[in-house]
Amino acid sequence: MRLFGFLLLLAGWGIVVCALALLAADAPRIAFVLAGIGVEIAGLVLVIRAHPVRRGVHE
Amino acid sequence: MIPAPTAGLSYAAMMICLALIFLVPCAAAGLALISTGLGRSRSASHSMMAAMCVLAVAALAYFVCGFAWQGFPGGPAHFASVGGKQWSLLASGHFFLRHEALDGVPASLAALLGMLSVGLAALVPLGSGADRWRLGACCASTAVLAGWTYPLFAHWVWGGGWLAQLGTNYGLGRGFVDTGGAGTIQAVGGLTALSIAWLLGARRGKYMHGGMPTAIPGHNGVLVILGCVLALVGWLGLNSSGAILYNGADPGQTVLAAINTILSAAMAALTAAVITQARFGKPDASLAANGWIGGLAASSGACAFVSPAAAAGIGLLTGALVTLSVEWFEVHMSIDDPGGSISAHAMGGLWGVLSVGLFARIPAAGELGGQSNGDGGQWLAQLVGIATLIGFILPLTYGLNWLLDRVYPQRVAAEGERQGMDLYELGAGAYPEFIVHNDEFTER
Repeated sequence: MRLFGFLLLLAGWGIVVCALALLAADAPRIAFVLAGIGVEIAGLVLVIRAHPVRRGVHE
Repeated sequence: MIPAPTAGLSYAAMMICLALIFLVPCAAAGLALISTGLGRSRSASHSMMAAMCVLAVAALAYFVCGFAWQGFPGGPAHFASVGGKQWSLLASGHFFLRHEALDGVPASLAALLGMLSVGLAALVPLGSGADRWRLGACCASTAVLAGWTYPLFAHWVWGGGWLAQLGTNYGLGRGFVDTGGAGTIQAVGGLTALSIAWLLGARRGKYMHGGMPTAIPGHNGVLVILGCVLALVGWLGLNSSGAILYNGADPGQTVLAAINTILSAAMAALTAAVITQARFGKPDASLAANGWIGGLAASSGACAFVSPAAAAGIGLLTGALVTLSVEWFEVHMSIDDPGGSISAHAMGGLWGVLSVGLFARIPAAGELGGQSNGDGGQWLAQLVGIATLIGFILPLTYGLNWLLDRVYPQRVAAEGERQGMDLYELGAGAYPEFIVHNDEFTER
């Protein structure tokens, strides 16, 4: 799940970069940049959930 | 290729910039004191030693290859053609600062400021890895940050890279603007701190079996507050020199940058104090200090381009953001960040980057430096920068530190945590005469 989260982060960034490079009109460019950031947020949530408390509990 | 923003600046302006750069080490001293004060007494000497080593390794790595890859606008770089536009991806200067005229020209000032800034970014993760990060691992991680991650992003922002080109290539305002390093220094350092906190895990005794955190208070509030004051001095130099060097501001405009820096930090610290007073009945010194640093980090984004009232507003929001996110990271995300580095630097820095798009009034083309100015879209350029930090820099820095952890484990052995980092790694404590260790490892 952690790897998938990081892949989503990279995919979101890829969407943002592609939106800049491929879209000329303002509205679709803004929409795709925001969509890319949304994908990044989903990836971030996955990465966070994939990191349990490690080595920090009483032993 | 975009022209250097300093093209029209006088020799006197360059010398003022140089004098301001000399203040930046105060910020490093401040951050070192803060992370030491917020850590345990049994690791205090180790914390200061790690800060010194990190600064040294960062300076050397930046000297070897960092500046060669960061570069300066107008210098040699590797380009890629993307959709018919030329994107500058990485500078292609000489290693070891060879063939650089180190005589006060803008590129040499950028090299000097970069050498100090990269140390500042590398100090940030020390706060999140306090009490359990091995000294050798700190140095190895710093070498990676200073030799690759930081120069790469700094080139994109300050070296004439593709983020700086968003204005000329796509008409997005003046391209990604980051006056004093809210994104380039603070967010890069803060996201590295997040990676380190994830990789190291929490300190032993921090979380009970049910996952509830226990309080492990910092050992010296005096060091923390002194560090805050020192950091302010350093940030005044950082933001003012950045405004001149990377944004082509006139030396007189540094007064505005300095006032905004102070206002942002002051408002953020007071907001944190008020929030903790309202929630817990008493103001919390460590959270107020985190608010102060968060305010400084956020001010670095737009300090040269916003009104003082807007800077105070940025600080107010930063104080709330930092205070709430410290608790959120600790309780809900189970991230043990003893120094509050992730909240203050990553959250504060990202908010500072966004604030440029929301509040900045950036002069039109020709009024400031040589960069072009689109009709609008500055906020979109800032959003692209934030997306790059979270979507590219975070996976990059996590991946590099994860690889490093496979080769050279970053977390100290359990015995080291029990003894304290001072005795275990350095052989002597910071306060040998009077320290008494409580045992935090008993079952609660």
